[in-house]
Amino acid sequence: MSTPTRAPSGAPSHLTGPGGGRVGDDAARPDGVLKVRGEFAYGSDLWMDDMLWGVTLRSPHPYARIRSIDVGAALAVPGVHAVLTSDDVPGEKVYGLELADQPVLALDVVRYQGEPVALVAADHPDTARRAAARIVVDYDVWEPVTDARRALGHPTWNQVHDSPAEVTELSRESAHLHPHGNLVRHLKVRRGDPAPTADVVVVNEYEVGMQDQAFLGPESGLAVPGEDGGVDLYVATQWLHVDQRQICAALALPPERVRLTLAGVGGAFGGREDLSMHVHACLLALHTGRPVKMSYNREESFFGHVHRHPATMRYEHGATRDGDLVYVKATIYFDGGAYASSTPAVVGNGGTMGIGPYVVPNVHVDCYGAYTNNPPCGAMRGFGSVQTAFAYESQMDALAAELGMDPVDLRCRNAMEQGSEAITGQVVDSPAPVVELLRRLEAMPLPPEVPTGDAVDLRDMPGGVSNSTHGEGVRRGVGYAVAYKNVAFSEGFDDYSTARVRLEVVGGEAVATVHTAAAEVGQGLVTVEQQIARTELGVDRVTVHPKDTAVGSAGSTSASRQTYVTGGAVKAACEAVRARVLERARSVVGRPVADLRLDGGKVVSDLEGVALPLADLLGDEAVEETLEWRHRPTEAVDPETGQGFAHVQYAFSAHRAVVDVDTELGLVKVVEMACTQDVGKAINPQAVVGQIQGGTAQGLGLAVMEEILVRDGRVQNPSFTDYLIPTVLDMPPVRVEILEYADPHAPYGLRGVGEAPNISSGPAVLAAIRQATGLPLTRVPVRPEHLTGT
Amino acid sequence: MRLSCTVNGTPRQVDDVWEGESLLYVLRERMGLPGSKNACEQGECGSCTVYLDGLPVCACLVAAGQAQGREVGTVEGLAPAGELHPVQQAFLEAGAVQCGFCTPGLLVATDDLVTRSRAEGRTPADAEIREALAGNLCRCTGYEKILDAVRLAADRMAGDPR
Ligand code: FES
Ligand code: FES
Repeated sequence: MSTPTRAPSGAPSHLTGPGGGRVGDDAARPDGVLKVRGEFAYGSDLWMDDMLWGVTLRSPHPYARIRSIDVGAALAVPGVHAVLTSDDVPGEKVYGLELADQPVLALDVVRYQGEPVALVAADHPDTARRAAARIVVDYDVWEPVTDARRALGHPTWNQVHDSPAEVTELSRESAHLHPHGNLVRHLKVRRGDPAPTADVVVVNEYEVGMQDQAFLGPESGLAVPGEDGGVDLYVATQWLHVDQRQICAALALPPERVRLTLAGVGGAFGGREDLSMHVHACLLALHTGRPVKMSYNREESFFGHVHRHPATMRYEHGATRDGDLVYVKATIYFDGGAYASSTPAVVGNGGTMGIGPYVVPNVHVDCYGAYTNNPPCGAMRGFGSVQTAFAYESQMDALAAELGMDPVDLRCRNAMEQGSEAITGQVVDSPAPVVELLRRLEAMPLPPEVPTGDAVDLRDMPGGVSNSTHGEGVRRGVGYAVAYKNVAFSEGFDDYSTARVRLEVVGGEAVATVHTAAAEVGQGLVTVEQQIARTELGVDRVTVHPKDTAVGSAGSTSASRQTYVTGGAVKAACEAVRARVLERARSVVGRPVADLRLDGGKVVSDLEGVALPLADLLGDEAVEETLEWRHRPTEAVDPETGQGFAHVQYAFSAHRAVVDVDTELGLVKVVEMACTQDVGKAINPQAVVGQIQGGTAQGLGLAVMEEILVRDGRVQNPSFTDYLIPTVLDMPPVRVEILEYADPHAPYGLRGVGEAPNISSGPAVLAAIRQATGLPLTRVPVRPEHLTGT
Repeated sequence: MRLSCTVNGTPRQVDDVWEGESLLYVLRERMGLPGSKNACEQGECGSCTVYLDGLPVCACLVAAGQAQGREVGTVEGLAPAGELHPVQQAFLEAGAVQCGFCTPGLLVATDDLVTRSRAEGRTPADAEIREALAGNLCRCTGYEKILDAVRLAADRMAGDPR
């Protein structure tokens, strides 16, 4: 097998850390030194001597039938080695995470702007791009379906996946295209009295725009044809095995001939859970017999991955005069865009956690996911909870105002705690410190008052140095919000991870090697894998094997699940290795296994004061164990009532935001964010805080600036010029306090960390802006015109 | 065309450079120096920040031909082989590196900032750090630990007269 040869290092190689750091320590990243030297090979850095460059031709139309494609002129460009269309896909022509409904290359209909239509491989990326521009596609352009509610509400409306016009020979043969119209999933949650009444009722509609993951490392990979007719793909992804499954189907190859290795990943946040260039690069490599690299530019990246579902939500909260929640009714519409992706699971989360971490006796929730001709939406950090949290947390503030209560007091009065029932009927059987998170936030000191007069540093004002205000018209607001998020995959998914751990003596030193397929996307799992192996096996040196499909699946790096699930698998595999080593040591040391432990590369018996070096015990023999590890099972919820043990664990966080608003110009400056989060056990406190601060930034971004603007199915701002993400000037200091209430069901008591802070931060910012302005503000991101009424 | 310039102190020459190739492309794809990153290639994110004759620029906005005869410095040249520059060390210690895609550009921008302020015999204030790094996007960290790293590096370098 040939591997990428770029100096430095090609595909990521074995990572051996700087050493030191067990569970609970601020351990250093094993890939850190490579990253600061510029030597860490991301997907877009891969290179081989004779490689070609692949590019994608994409549909300019959100909805159209393809009458014909003429590739002749493109093939004639010197330097072009292949031009491919759907005819060249040898296997399944559609793929998908949950439902296979998305064409590898457009079949006969394109359903969103940017849908891949054809591929070109050439010896220079510019050649490939120029050739792609010469492909002639004859489109019959149709009116797009662009509103989720209209898509669902009108049975005679053009059905994105079932209009008679698009039933051609190809789609008729393809049994996987969604046959049932525009509804992807409808989840119902029903609890208590179906017609409840209350003293005080608050009803509002909310809207959340389309957010993008905007990871910095572009979608990239290198496909290398193998001598066995298979292919090796080095790719930046979140889940190697689910990619492999879909690639195998499309290429009509068995798994042993489609081998994946994780290339360096420059952030993911859900946006790499679906395929992007994976099959395309493999197709081009197999057709040309040459290695093919594909790397999207920023504009193509906006078209090349799924986004966060935009949502429209109607919420009705009823409470007693004293502030006890009596009922919540909610109708939630998620716009899934043109293909299903993970919309069914997003709907699951939106519905089963759609009223927040509160105890409510009567609940009536309908959560819908719809097909439209907008860009496909799928996984993004917070997965179905970010949108609903904007609504339910806004409702709690609105209700508090109606009751004349303090918003934090109202939340605490209704907060879930250990032993409470969630709206699915599931008993929360681990700590749920919602009240403590909020009270601790309240107790934190507030930043200094808004400066006035000569004290004004323009850099601290909304609008910054552009001299827009010297403090006149600036109002300060403070807002709170809580997040509640399931950890790992829910609703009965077989959610396992696999770990192979080897212990051996190299050069006189005991070394552990950890091999999993769990994607490191920047969050620090490679560090955690080392920490666990050091802790369980009492060694300092731990090597992390490259992430590839030569070991069993670790599942997805998403849903805040990898430290829990792959961490659990590594721990279990280490325990199995340790048991074998101690069993072998038993007779040598002359003590029962129960008296023995591993520490400092030795078998130690405290009672006897014996310390037997592993070098003596193992010689040149390695002890290796491979294990699959599962969290306790969950179950599908009842389709009519939404009741059931759907989620294995919940994460809780809370935010307080302090903002200054220039009420004349509608500009917002977030002054400070504070976050409290229960992480169960901080395996790596420094990394945990980093996750919380990063998640806080993404939530703030959605609250005040981040939106993919889609008009008539067309994206208006596919660039970092027009899609704004927070810069260091937009981000305030982020205070973090972590609680560690062990979850009795989780390894080390840990809780997934990554998503919760992304959920509570945005609603807190919104609450603060509302407090500053007195405006209701029911749409995010908040724009200047919402604040000035223009 | 043929491009000759000095990269990280070493004279380099590459042939067959096309009109329209950026300095970033030439560094990454023709010189085997992929340390400078290609996050936007639009001058918006700062991931590709390099020194050109001692001034930080976005390499994606520099046409390769503009580098003719000039000095280019990249992240790969910040420290001698096997060593770490104080800014690199500070980013590691502060936990400022997550996915790391923004890191090379931020390291060059930070090096520029702390070098300039050290020449003036001071360490940069927070507002100045924020202004200096405002052209470098990071999607992972929320910037707090990056600020910690810059402060740490500035403090350490202030006491070092190099
Ligand atoms: S890649 Fe040059 S500024 Fe983004
Ligand atoms: S660490 Fe990922 S973009 Fe900054």
